[in-house]
Amino acid sequence: MSGARSGVPILRLGDVLVTGLLNELDDKAAIAFTEELTERIVGDRARAVLIDISRLEIIDSFVARTLMELTTTARLLGARVIVAGMRPAVAITLVELGLELSGVETTLNAEQGMMALGWQPASRPPKGGPVVPLR
Amino acid sequence: MNTSESEARLRVSTALREQGEKVADRWVQLQSEQAILETGITEAELNEEADSLVEALLAGLETDIPVQDVVTTHPGLRRAVTDLSMRRARGGATPTATSPTILALKEALLEAVQSDTRDVTALYHAALFINRLLDTAGAMSFEIYVEGREEIIRRQSRQLLEVSTPVVRIWDRVLAVPLIGTLDTTRTQVVMENLLEAIERDEAQVAIIDITGVPTVDTAVAHHLMQTVNAVRLMGADCVISGIRPPIAQIIAQLGIDLSAILTRATLADALAAAIPLLTDQPAHQSPFADVR
Repeated sequence: MSGARSGVPILRLGDVLVTGLLNELDDKAAIAFTEELTERIVGDRARAVLIDISRLEIIDSFVARTLMELTTTARLLGARVIVAGMRPAVAITLVELGLELSGVETTLNAEQGMMALGWQPASRPPKGGPVVPLR
Repeated sequence: MNTSESEARLRVSTALREQGEKVADRWVQLQSEQAILETGITEAELNEEADSLVEALLAGLETDIPVQDVVTTHPGLRRAVTDLSMRRARGGATPTATSPTILALKEALLEAVQSDTRDVTALYHAALFINRLLDTAGAMSFEIYVEGREEIIRRQSRQLLEVSTPVVRIWDRVLAVPLIGTLDTTRTQVVMENLLEAIERDEAQVAIIDITGVPTVDTAVAHHLMQTVNAVRLMGADCVISGIRPPIAQIIAQLGIDLSAILTRATLADALAAAIPLLTDQPAHQSPFADVR
């Protein structure tokens, strides 16, 4: 079940696949990761993929392209891709390189990514419950 | 070094040693006579400055550095001239007022030598010597003056850069950046960095860039705006641009700049109104214990 080839763990939470990229992703590992994730989307019938990149201090053009291709591939397979937690320095570098990851959904952190997918924190009252108290 | 020069050098340094006080006073007097100084340098400062320069000049002449290099190589003298020019530059004196300061010293020095000897040849050589000595000082003071002014300009533009890009939190998870002045590459960089870091820190979901204070928008400025918007989007936040004045809107339309991918509003208030519905209904950073309290 675990990602043997790319070394990137992919977890399944219901119909959502959760994964995170670390700094040492080289080109080979990136390709392996794409293949693995694509197979898992089909195999697990996932409807969404959340990729946390808050540990990445650098994204090169190859990884950026991989993310964009992954989004397109996943969409073809009926799944949404959310890239969460991009660091400011990474965002600036990507924009300067002209890689705007068009079509890729982004969120501030993994939590908001999950909330965008309809997940609710367990400690929080369900919708329609009491409003957050004013301070 | 030929004899007439070394003689002249000896004569000048003797004059300086014996009448240093007088030279300094005369110099200050000449400066005030020529009304060189309209700036805020007081007479006391002027006196002090004159004393230290005359002293340094004497120290410089007593070494065996050749006359044309004394001012630039003798550390004490160099520092005295540097201090003088820097003070003028910071005080806002014009360059035409700064170089006569040095040149007035020539006159004071020559008068001192004159009181010592009446020999025409000796005086001629002394004058020649003083000229060679202080012309380099004049040139150097001018150079330092320009450097001092440039330093002020650099510092001010740095300050302007820091001052002009505040990131304000105007609502829970809504940040605003009021941009003032032209948006060039450096500014964009600073704005982007500040904004993205603030987004990360405050877990903001919407960033409003207000361009009311941007005098004009051309293709370069638009490009920089787009870059910022894209970077904000990559961070997972939404971006609204506000404060587009009618003439600016016309320019953007005429230039055919495509801002259709960006949410734009006329005023900051409208932008805030547009931003609030974009927020997800629960604050993401809400502590799980908030309900207990």
